Amino acid sequence: MSLTYHLQVVNLLAALLLLISFAMLSQRRIVGLVTLFAWQGAALSLSTAIVAWSTGQHHLYYSAALTLILKVIAMPWFFYRLVRKLDVDRDVEPMINIPTTMLIGIALVIFAFNLAMPISQMAGTVTRSTLGIALASVLLAFLMMITRSKAIPQVIGFLAMENGLFFAATSATYGMPLVVEMGVALDVLVGVFVLGIFFFQIRETFDSLDLKHMEKLKER
Amino acid sequence: MEIYWLLGIPLAGGLFLTLWGNRRNAPEINAAFSLATLIAAAVLTARIVTDGPMVVGRDWFFIDSFNVFLVALTAFVAFTTALFSRPYMRIEKEHGRLTDNRLRLYHASYQIFIGAMLLALTTNNMGILWVSMEAATLATVLLVSLYRTPASLEAAWKYFILCGVGIAQALFGTILLYFAAEKVLGAGGTALLWTHLNGVKTQLEPTVLQLAFVFLLVGYGTKVGLAPLHNWLPDAHAEGPTPVSAVLSGLLLNVALYAVMRSKVLVDGALGTDMAGNLMMGFGLLSVVVAAFLIKRQTDVKRMFAYSSIEHMGLITFAFGMGGAVASFAGLLHMTMHSLTKSAIFFAVGHATQKAGTQLMEGIRGLIKTNPTIGWGLMLGTVAILGVPPFGVFASEFLIITTAMHEHPWATPFLLTALGVAFAAIFGKVQPMVFGDTELPRLPHQPALAPVFIHLGLVLMLGLFIPPYLATWYRQAAALLGG
Repeated sequence: MSLTYHLQVVNLLAALLLLISFAMLSQRRIVGLVTLFAWQGAALSLSTAIVAWSTGQHHLYYSAALTLILKVIAMPWFFYRLVRKLDVDRDVEPMINIPTTMLIGIALVIFAFNLAMPISQMAGTVTRSTLGIALASVLLAFLMMITRSKAIPQVIGFLAMENGLFFAATSATYGMPLVVEMGVALDVLVGVFVLGIFFFQIRETFDSLDLKHMEKLKER
Repeated sequence: MEIYWLLGIPLAGGLFLTLWGNRRNAPEINAAFSLATLIAAAVLTARIVTDGPMVVGRDWFFIDSFNVFLVALTAFVAFTTALFSRPYMRIEKEHGRLTDNRLRLYHASYQIFIGAMLLALTTNNMGILWVSMEAATLATVLLVSLYRTPASLEAAWKYFILCGVGIAQALFGTILLYFAAEKVLGAGGTALLWTHLNGVKTQLEPTVLQLAFVFLLVGYGTKVGLAPLHNWLPDAHAEGPTPVSAVLSGLLLNVALYAVMRSKVLVDGALGTDMAGNLMMGFGLLSVVVAAFLIKRQTDVKRMFAYSSIEHMGLITFAFGMGGAVASFAGLLHMTMHSLTKSAIFFAVGHATQKAGTQLMEGIRGLIKTNPTIGWGLMLGTVAILGVPPFGVFASEFLIITTAMHEHPWATPFLLTALGVAFAAIFGKVQPMVFGDTELPRLPHQPALAPVFIHLGLVLMLGLFIPPYLATWYRQAAALLGG
């Protein structure tokens, strides 16, 4: 009985995750994007913790804690600081207008659910129905990366993709082995750190974080 | 035991060089650490050759003929590149393109990069394989942008984002693999261990593995530089410092392909069909053709050879995709030849561009007059990579193409056309660079090009005669790939 109750909460959080992914697609301001990213991390962390509690998979607690520390506290804080320091918080117009992006997003969600259907039927986990949502949020994050031309939104899209992947891991398999999750988290952390350095280099050279300046290298 | 040395030395080197900074002998220390790594790799190789495959460190590491051969190759090219970078980076600094701090970053990241690749090669855990591939990317992002020019920053950004997205696909593939494995092996740490997976590969759920392989191939394939996912590669190679181009092209691409091959063995076992091989053949063939035609349009010499790397990686992927004893043997041989030859070419190109002060091919003329050593190095390297006998590349390409004629005749016209186009394009561009007219005076000093001739000597030797024990070794490795 209690299992179905937990399941409902996890499903609710999964829906929230998907909703946040859509909100990110339509968010114009960078600060707003960072806040949404933090909320997405919170939903992920909470759902991981609930799965850990209801199934007795203790290593998932570490995973949830890791998400909470990295993606809800450390990274958003870092991005807020970066945005303030680099003074880049303005409205940004995506390359494709927002209603069109949303429509493409809906098509992606349908595609993701179809792709995940045969696999979720095989999964023995209580949370299997959320695999489609996980895949959908990966694809939506990918779409966001494509439609944004600024550096920070692209990176947030990348991290949101990582969120979706972690959610997929939890919902299909109760999480990867702990050492792998730790490794992935370490990579993400180092990656964000490297990017921090990188942003300053880009800014110093181009006087802006707009990637439109970075379209020199292509085949002519 | 050797394995801990092999992985520990580059890591220690990275930490040490971070602390040491760019004092006077940092380049020598870098080379010394690389030499120590090479010795550890040689000891490990000798051990495997006598004792056969082994699993060490509570199943954490797995070494067989296939990966020990790549370990040896990686350590060797890493060492010669460290030797090459010593004078090269000194001159770059004299030209004012680099500062002490950036050289510190360079040396430290170089060691970490080598360490990450060796970890990727030796680990038994498919998850750790992913983690170390990503670590190898991160270690090189700041190296690609080392010169801080607008173009290099753009190249590094592209490298980071495209490889990051690519590798995220590979993570999803790994999750799916774990998902299938967990049903058979049970949850927990052992379900991602390759040796365990290999033992139960026929019981893994085929539909899941099929999907997993698509994601793994696209993910790691981005790093191999397979078309149409290759966009980052020419930029990163052209804009980064030349030693970095040499290790990216000669080593990183191989390691990424290694990851694909490890997955393919599992998927083949689970599916019992040629699905994985066919996908690899398709991507491989497309890369060969696309790269060959893009080579023709290049004006930057490093960019041109970067496309040539895509072409050769495509050829290797195609060979592995065909499978079978001969094709896998040829693929492995071609991997070796390409690594050695391409890094040698980058060494020679590095010196040539440094002297000419430009990477544009029209600015580099008459190398044979200004400096015969560089001129001959570049010319012989080019001839070798284009597959002219008696160099080893000829042997491996010949084997690949004859196998293709037997088993997949439809592919041969594409392969032959592409190789022909690449030959004409590259030779036509390198010839005036080496033999053209120039007003520049002869260089007063001799460049340090020993690594170029060591590499080319090895390629020549392997083209004329493959020692029996080496041939046995390749055959064993090919058998592991399902040959």
